Amino acid sequence: MSKKYDAGVKEYRDTYWTPDYVPLDTDLLACFKCTGQEGVPREEVAAAVAAESSTGTWSTVWSELLTDLEFYKGRCYRIEDVPGDKESFYAFIAYPLDLFEEGSITNVLTSLVGNVFGFKALRHLRLEDIRFPMAFIKTCGGPPSGIVVERDRLNKYGRPLLGCTIKPKLGLSGKNYGRVVYECLRGGLDLTKDDENINSQPFQRWRERFEFVAEAVKLAQQETGEVKGHYLNCTATTPEEMYERAEFAKELDMPIIMHDYITGGFTANTGLANWCRKNGMLLHIHRAMHAVIDRHPKHGIHFRVLAKCLRLSGGDQLHTGTVVGKLEGDRQTTLGYIDNLRESFVPEDRTRGNFFDQDWGSMPGVFAVASGGIHVWHMPALLAIFGDDSCLQFGGGTHGHPWGSAAGAAANRVALEACVKARNAGREIEKESRDILMEAAKHSPELAIALETWKEIKFEFDTVDKLDVQQ
Amino acid sequence: MPFQSTVGDYQTVATLETFGFLPPMTQDEIYDQIAYIIAQGWSPVIEHVHPSGSMQTYWSYWKLPFFGEKDLNVVVNELEACHRAYPDHHVRMVGYDAYTQSQGTAFVVFEGR
Repeated sequence: MSKKYDAGVKEYRDTYWTPDYVPLDTDLLACFKCTGQEGVPREEVAAAVAAESSTGTWSTVWSELLTDLEFYKGRCYRIEDVPGDKESFYAFIAYPLDLFEEGSITNVLTSLVGNVFGFKALRHLRLEDIRFPMAFIKTCGGPPSGIVVERDRLNKYGRPLLGCTIKPKLGLSGKNYGRVVYECLRGGLDLTKDDENINSQPFQRWRERFEFVAEAVKLAQQETGEVKGHYLNCTATTPEEMYERAEFAKELDMPIIMHDYITGGFTANTGLANWCRKNGMLLHIHRAMHAVIDRHPKHGIHFRVLAKCLRLSGGDQLHTGTVVGKLEGDRQTTLGYIDNLRESFVPEDRTRGNFFDQDWGSMPGVFAVASGGIHVWHMPALLAIFGDDSCLQFGGGTHGHPWGSAAGAAANRVALEACVKARNAGREIEKESRDILMEAAKHSPELAIALETWKEIKFEFDTVDKLDVQQ
Repeated sequence: MPFQSTVGDYQTVATLETFGFLPPMTQDEIYDQIAYIIAQGWSPVIEHVHPSGSMQTYWSYWKLPFFGEKDLNVVVNELEACHRAYPDHHVRMVGYDAYTQSQGTAFVVFEGR
């Protein structure tokens, strides 16, 4: 039935608030935490978010009548209270699949967190979660290799991977940098990492770093008899340079490269992930800038959304915080999004901050990387929280060892294996952490010294962004 | 008095991946680890290789994976039989997880020389 053109401004809720709508399996669902300007009704705010993140604009336009907007519009289908918070509410919005280009995380985010975040009727807006429909997931490449293949390539089973970032993060020459890599790997780490700040600066151009690091990796591998790797950071000024670096890493026969997916951007990341899949290269993902976007409890994008987006865009390892170290992140929330990195199905669970059932189908899993202010005393808790499908990275906790990085690496490796062995034998590793570590230290002077060095260091600050629960 | 450094010299060791940095396990400790494999629902697999081939992806199977084996003693006896048959080989215990199509764990029980 054709409609007549009726120019003017309509209330958003007349079109975009549809409480009777039953979402389709193919809809992309989003949950926003909305804080409206005073006096604006919830339904109007929620409908405005649905409209501005999909088909709507502030005024009715004649060209709307050239299409069937009922088919294309986003709809707010539910509003919920935020527990313990009177000024905000959750708006649940369903978007039809055809609003998004296949496989494009860039396109999804441009719509969902585009102009709408600057909308004046809102004081704050936060994208809490997205339920990606299987129909969209199947169009995404996802992790170039995934957890299973990565384990097979690196020959690491039955335990978390152990790594560390090379320090100082800026200022070392290529040759000195390679030396530190060699020390860590010969000491027992599986992987070392370029700091995210390392790209190709005047003190150390990328090609210098790649060549010396490759030599260090190969030598350590030869001497220890174990498979080693170093995340060569390919984040660069332009995509062309990024691919050039990736190609060179492959020429050097390195197993893994790295990208910073938020500063680098989703388009670059998806492209590099595709390159990795084609070239049998593992991809480690750093998340610089995430806290700018995800830390405020009422505005921005929750990290669980950024984590889901990364799994779809592509990466084999993603930083997730440590819960226990120097960086923000509470335990339940972290468990909620590491499930979404690794599992094939994650049920709705508000106690973990997951607002939707999320079916990942056959999408491979991503290793959760815990890095930042952690040391040997944290090992039992880290293993208990993150489990085997994780990569534990100790920067200061490796290089800060009084005997140097190799001994620091060995201390961490001994501690990790002692915890895994104790867990498998049925011990409660968090409760018995002290005993387990002290026993292991009897056979390892490196661990004994590490335990002594870091015995007093704790980072006990309250989390800024908590789960929304009635206090 | 001559200067006494407190810094130790860390010597690189050749290791065989998981548990390579722990002292050799006692028999009871090995039993615990095998019990863990069985409790996870994984299939016990025994593999062996001459030390010169330790970095190969494929080690030789001892017989076939022990699909569905729940008896700890059967697995232990097979480990020992493998070790007797190949005394100079590394022998490792693998817990194979058919759901993930991956090894849930793998560690060397007997080191060859």
